[in-house]
Amino acid sequence: MAKYEILVTYRTGIFDPAGETARRGLEQIGFTGVDKVSIGKFIQLDADATPDEVQVMCEKLLANPVIEDFAIKSVG
Amino acid sequence: MKLGTIVFPGSNCEQDVAYACEYLGIEHRYLWHNDRDLGGVDAVVLPGGFSYGDYLRCGAVARFSPIMDAVSAFAADGGRVLGICNGFQVLTEAHLLPGALIRNTGLKFICRELPLRVQASCAWLNEPAGRVLRMPVAHNEGNFVCDDETLAALQATDRIILRYCADDGGDLACAPNGARDCIAGICNEGRNVFGLMPHPERVIDPVCGGIDGQTIFRAVAGLTGTDAAAAAAAA
Repeated sequence: MAKYEILVTYRTGIFDPAGETARRGLEQIGFTGVDKVSIGKFIQLDADATPDEVQVMCEKLLANPVIEDFAIKSVG
Repeated sequence: MKLGTIVFPGSNCEQDVAYACEYLGIEHRYLWHNDRDLGGVDAVVLPGGFSYGDYLRCGAVARFSPIMDAVSAFAADGGRVLGICNGFQVLTEAHLLPGALIRNTGLKFICRELPLRVQASCAWLNEPAGRVLRMPVAHNEGNFVCDDETLAALQATDRIILRYCADDGGDLACAPNGARDCIAGICNEGRNVFGLMPHPERVIDPVCGGIDGQTIFRAVAGLTGTDAAAAAAAA
């Protein structure tokens, strides 16, 4: 069984409301040097699947290519 | 004319659609997400709610329900498909409509009646451009996003059907949910698939505070007469 870690984030240019709210929160408690906060999803897979198959899983379901980028890491 | 409403696990507005049909005298049946055919209906509604718990992304899992292959084929053949709220999200995930619906900019669930300006007509809406309709919205992920190219194509082909607007129909600086170009509803190139975040099925019977939603169901059922006349007849 292979293990994968997938990081899904908003594509550049897509406004991230949760990230911006967290950034403002940080500013409010004194961390004024934070330019941008991006909030995404972290997905772990234990799967009998090849990296190519995981790529298809991401393209079809785990991420929405219209708004999201994803990065797949094979971890064992 | 028979309208079918798909029930996904987590849908919760299908009974409102059934009530709208009953009120207006349109034949209606429910369709189950696990079915593989549309049971001979003439038009399909994907209702509001929280299909599959809205897990992963709103509409992402519902898009792969067995019945969605039939919906895609029906739409490709020119069949009329309406997605309301969560149904709109499902249609974008299924690539039957462009763009995506992400979290409202203010991070708040918005639940109130809003004015909407008619921009253009489609199979589900036949009203003069500029008319203001009032319908309730109830969503957390109604913030329509798309790339510049998609927006330009939507504008150039008059596929933006409804925009959030001011009470008098004027432009807003920003949509209440942050939607790009104040988009509340769009249609596909064939103008037979329509998705909108507001809930027309909740403003059918005057006792619910409005009747502006009737126009959607009247357009698809080919019903003549005015909303006011229908309301008077029902009363």
